[in-house]
Amino acid sequence: MTFLNSLISGLSLGSVYAIIALGYTMVYGISKMLNFAHGDVIMVGGYVSFCLTMYVGMNGWIALLIAMVVCTLLGIIIERLAYRPLRGTGSLAVLITAIGVSYFLQNAALLIWGANPRVFTSLFNGMDTMHAAGGQLTITPESLFTIIANIVIMIVLTLFVSRTKAGKAMRAVSEDNGAAQLMGINVNQSISLTFAIGSGLAAVAGVLMCSAYPVLMPTTGAMPGIKAFTAAVFGGIGSIPGAMIGGLILGIIEIFSRAYISTELSDAIVFACLIIVLLVKPTGLLGKKVSEKV
Amino acid sequence: MKNKKWTKFFVVALSCMMVFAMTACGGGSDSGSSEEGDAAAVLHLGGVGPLTGPAALYGTAVKNGAQLAVDEINAANPDGLQLAWDMQDDEHDAEKSVNAYNKLVDDGMQILVGTVTTAPCTAVAAEAYEDRMFALTPSASGPAVTEGNDNVFQLCFSDPNQGIASADYIKENFGDKTVGVIYNNADNYSSGIYDKFKSEYEAGGKKLAAEEAFSDDANADFTAQLNSMKNAGVDLIFLPIYYTPASNIMTQANKMGYEPTFFGVDGMDGILDLEGFDTSLAEGVMLLTPFTPYSEDEEVQKFVKAYEDAYGETPIQFAADAYDCVYAVYDAFQKTGLDASASYDEICEAMIGVFTGGDFKASGLTADEMQWEASGEVNKTPKVCVIEDGKYVEQ
Repeated sequence: MTFLNSLISGLSLGSVYAIIALGYTMVYGISKMLNFAHGDVIMVGGYVSFCLTMYVGMNGWIALLIAMVVCTLLGIIIERLAYRPLRGTGSLAVLITAIGVSYFLQNAALLIWGANPRVFTSLFNGMDTMHAAGGQLTITPESLFTIIANIVIMIVLTLFVSRTKAGKAMRAVSEDNGAAQLMGINVNQSISLTFAIGSGLAAVAGVLMCSAYPVLMPTTGAMPGIKAFTAAVFGGIGSIPGAMIGGLILGIIEIFSRAYISTELSDAIVFACLIIVLLVKPTGLLGKKVSEKV
Repeated sequence: MKNKKWTKFFVVALSCMMVFAMTACGGGSDSGSSEEGDAAAVLHLGGVGPLTGPAALYGTAVKNGAQLAVDEINAANPDGLQLAWDMQDDEHDAEKSVNAYNKLVDDGMQILVGTVTTAPCTAVAAEAYEDRMFALTPSASGPAVTEGNDNVFQLCFSDPNQGIASADYIKENFGDKTVGVIYNNADNYSSGIYDKFKSEYEAGGKKLAAEEAFSDDANADFTAQLNSMKNAGVDLIFLPIYYTPASNIMTQANKMGYEPTFFGVDGMDGILDLEGFDTSLAEGVMLLTPFTPYSEDEEVQKFVKAYEDAYGETPIQFAADAYDCVYAVYDAFQKTGLDASASYDEICEAMIGVFTGGDFKASGLTADEMQWEASGEVNKTPKVCVIEDGKYVEQ
């Protein structure tokens, strides 16, 4: 029974990682930059939703929608103000800027919401935990909905990228920025759209994560952000199915090593697995090998 | 050429003098109301702690609690010894803490009431030991703070003592329960308590049924740890951790339908004031803490009321610790027979004498008749509280 319980926890945690990892992987795919502020957008989503439900008394689902809108706008603004002016200046400048934006968001949250942690009210508070096998197996509504949300998001996003015009434009920009521009694709618009989608998903991830693990602090997004980034690299950065597989595997490894090996070493084991995968397959599980253009 | 050199020398000398004069002014201006010649009647207390950053809650409480005590003492005896209190921010960072300490020394601090948190305090304690500056920390509970420093004392329980006291209490009152521990292995405070708890609990032949760890991340998934507790049949979980991860553990246990008794230490203080937390989940939680604002003790009630009036919030344990610190330092200083104009190293030796003399007892909000060991640890009786109807009830 420990096995099944751990599997469910692992899938649920992995789904959160996967949804966050999508933001990293899509942004990297299209603009070849690591958006380290992505984890902090999750935190903003959590706080917005918390404030709307606690202080305004709004329904949790409506609060989630508003949080998605706020985070989408935040993503677009960050891209417009911090990253776009630096496009074409070399990856190091953008990387440092991303770290700066991350600190900016954390400290702004500290200023607005203070250092005291809050406890997030779960989106699924009215629903009962399901029990099976004589109470041995427990499935919380949080894990169930997180796993379902992850699957739905993956299907919708894959369809969007492969079937719609905007999605195809995104793929074209990711493949060859200059050529896409010559073909009449608005590169700036495509990149903005990518940031918008990634940040909107970050809000979903934030609310789902805080529903399951309810502590909300200005640094709440930092650790899941790093883990999700790892998941994106694990699965092959730039690849959407890679983010999903990477996230799920990472979540399962983490929970299983806690349950069967050691709670102290779980993080070490997770990152050791990452190193092994990268040694064997440097592009990640589903990553494509791109030959350097000269 | 020669002329130029002399000018340079002159400028340097002059600026040295100005800096000197300015620091002297800085020291004097703290004395506030008293006139020039009377500066001798003011004893300068300094404090260092996090007033901003993630641990700001603790530093601010210490600042406010000490301020209340200083105001009370000054108002009670306007013609006698007056206290001046200056608290500097260290953001819970060791390097900034040492800088803040040095600034206070330059400003004429004579006794250090601090610092607030363990890691910075360990760094500052080493400096204070070199300087011979007497220090009484309200809340830095790690053993490294006092180790090897004969002039650094703690007003709070040291971490090892909390572990031992908790283990003894649980053995005595819950002898029939199966006990497990979840602790933070990335945190000195938590693992320090856990080590002593384990050795004390297992000393009598008992065994901990399950021990699980997590590392720092308060927002982690605890289902693996909780499942391990549940499978081992644990019905009392000892949580030597802060209240933030504890609230997360309680929420997740509740979702699993697992209802053990939770037993915490002083870091659990604050869980009832956590915004958004369903306090019914903390019902029945026991904790070892020297202070609760809900106590019916008259002194405590007076303090809580004064604190609420002045700062608009209920004081936490750190505020009471700081309040007691100021009174302990004030009483001990009276016993030294020294004048407030004495230098800090003179005060230091005399204060060590009083604190370790054997007949000095300080009473306050957090305990009656506290006494100190030469090692710097405090002897006081812990209070065990249980949360009932959203309030701490003393056992």
